[in-house]
Amino acid sequence: MSLSREETARLADLARLSLNDDELARIAHDLAEIIDYMEKLAGIDRADVEPLSHVLNTVNVYRDDRAEPSLSQEEALANAPDRQGEFFRVPRIIDTGEGSEA
Amino acid sequence: MRKVTERDDYEVVVGIEVHAELATESKVFCGCKTDFGARPNSQTCPVCLGMPGALPVLNRRALEYTIRAGLALNCSIAVRTKFDRKNYFYPDLAKGYQVSQYDIPVAHDGYIDIEVDGQPKRIRVRRVHLEEETAKLVHAGDDIISANQSLLDFNRSGIGLIEIVSDADMRSADEARAYLTKLRSILVAIGVSDCKMEEGSMRCEANVSVRLRGSKEYGTLVELKNIASFRAVHRAIQYESARQIDLVRSGGRVTRETRHWDDARGETAFMRSKEQAADYRYFPEPDLMPLEISREWVDEIKSGLPELPDARAARYAREFGLPASDAALIAESRELASFFDGVCDALAKAGAEAVDRTDGPREAAKWLVGDVSAALNASGIELSQSKLAPELLAELIGLVASGKISGKIAKSVFEEVFASGKRPGDVVRERGLVQISDAGQLAAIVQRVIEANPGPVSDYFAGKEKAITFLVGQIMKETRGRANPQETNRILREELAKRA
Ligand SMILES: [Zn+2]
Repeated sequence: MSLSREETARLADLARLSLNDDELARIAHDLAEIIDYMEKLAGIDRADVEPLSHVLNTVNVYRDDRAEPSLSQEEALANAPDRQGEFFRVPRIIDTGEGSEA
Repeated sequence: MRKVTERDDYEVVVGIEVHAELATESKVFCGCKTDFGARPNSQTCPVCLGMPGALPVLNRRALEYTIRAGLALNCSIAVRTKFDRKNYFYPDLAKGYQVSQYDIPVAHDGYIDIEVDGQPKRIRVRRVHLEEETAKLVHAGDDIISANQSLLDFNRSGIGLIEIVSDADMRSADEARAYLTKLRSILVAIGVSDCKMEEGSMRCEANVSVRLRGSKEYGTLVELKNIASFRAVHRAIQYESARQIDLVRSGGRVTRETRHWDDARGETAFMRSKEQAADYRYFPEPDLMPLEISREWVDEIKSGLPELPDARAARYAREFGLPASDAALIAESRELASFFDGVCDALAKAGAEAVDRTDGPREAAKWLVGDVSAALNASGIELSQSKLAPELLAELIGLVASGKISGKIAKSVFEEVFASGKRPGDVVRERGLVQISDAGQLAAIVQRVIEANPGPVSDYFAGKEKAITFLVGQIMKETRGRANPQETNRILREELAKRA
């Protein structure tokens, strides 16, 4: 199967990757090979195989609901590329309005 | 040619998505506290700041609360489930993805029963899933911040969040509000979230479309965001459905988009088109292990559920004979309900105070939905912040029931008790408000009033029944409202009869 230039560019955009024409072509080719391989797997009879959601054979790993010490404000903000007082400062996103997707 | 349609030919179809922050002590995947109002960025760690290499571990109570919410909403609980990554870029999401649940929510296929204008209706709950809260973006009006910058507080990042998605079962703004009210009352009753819309711990989005009545097809759906109160939900849906109906009737087409509710303007505004909607490229979260939820654990959580608002309202109606509307109103608010229970306990303890087993609670309910609610609204505080205690209201009810004060005086005593927290008995004594029920004392006052008002008295004898009201008014004036109304009436008629 092949991946169109538009599809590849859309994926790059979703991943916030800036690719030039050569890179787009190469990645489209690589992705197509990966998809071909996945399709090979999809062709195998999997009737008796449980869907796998994790490679480790462990379930139910919990912690108790107990508050632990946090970083200090200064530690938390130490690596911030930009800050203002007690806050991280970031470029404002305008096109989607207020708040996030969540 | 387009068929001419009326506004009434259309119906609105509403589905609602609610996010509620879990009331756990620590965050969902790290040990940071969840306290509201702490100094910005003082409750963070490498996990909730999204530092590379930091690993999340699930807070067991967050999962328990999600199951509890699912059970209280009559859902089935997944046997096996997992977390997934929802990938998108936004400044409030440090990792570039949100840990959420995609194809297997913790709970699915439940319902909430609501009632609008006496009509019961079942609204289906499609799913309840667990995810992490994002950081809080602050667009402060600080002039140092230029128009193209925002500030971030990561204290909120990583707080456990449940998303509750309804089916598109609501057909009016009233139903949407009733659904949200009931949903909040349930979540608060089971203690999984405090659901404070004003603090953002409960948020809601409405999916609104319109269609011709009787149509099987759904109209194009518009997503409404930035709805910050129950009142706003109602207004936003009313506005948006009218906008869509007018658009369709004038030959236009609704486009699939997200719109922002502007509460001050009272209208919705275009935010973004759904055609450009993000593709989240979900995949299983490799940093968290899958979950197997045992039936024993589910049963244990189920048996630990407290009485839910509907059951409580039914019990109030059954045990105390409360009118259904009062019972529902009280049972829907955890605060009102526990206060009401407190008054009933205090009344039962007082016992001898001539308060009947059901009369007392019925009076308590009347006070709560009447004067108490009005006083709270007027002062803008919550019941728990007021000086009124259940024992005080019980005492006041006792004073009326035993005939020490009249119902009218009780209202004025209540105002002082509400404002000061003083005991009603003390207020009555201090202000000399004890009701005059003594027949001899009342007869003397009645005789004085009769002698001082020959005109109305002869009106009465001339058959004007209304003159009685005037004479009673005079007696009340003389006693500053303390005369026992029933006794006064009886003695007045007796004294008049003597003069006939
Ligand atoms: Zn943390």
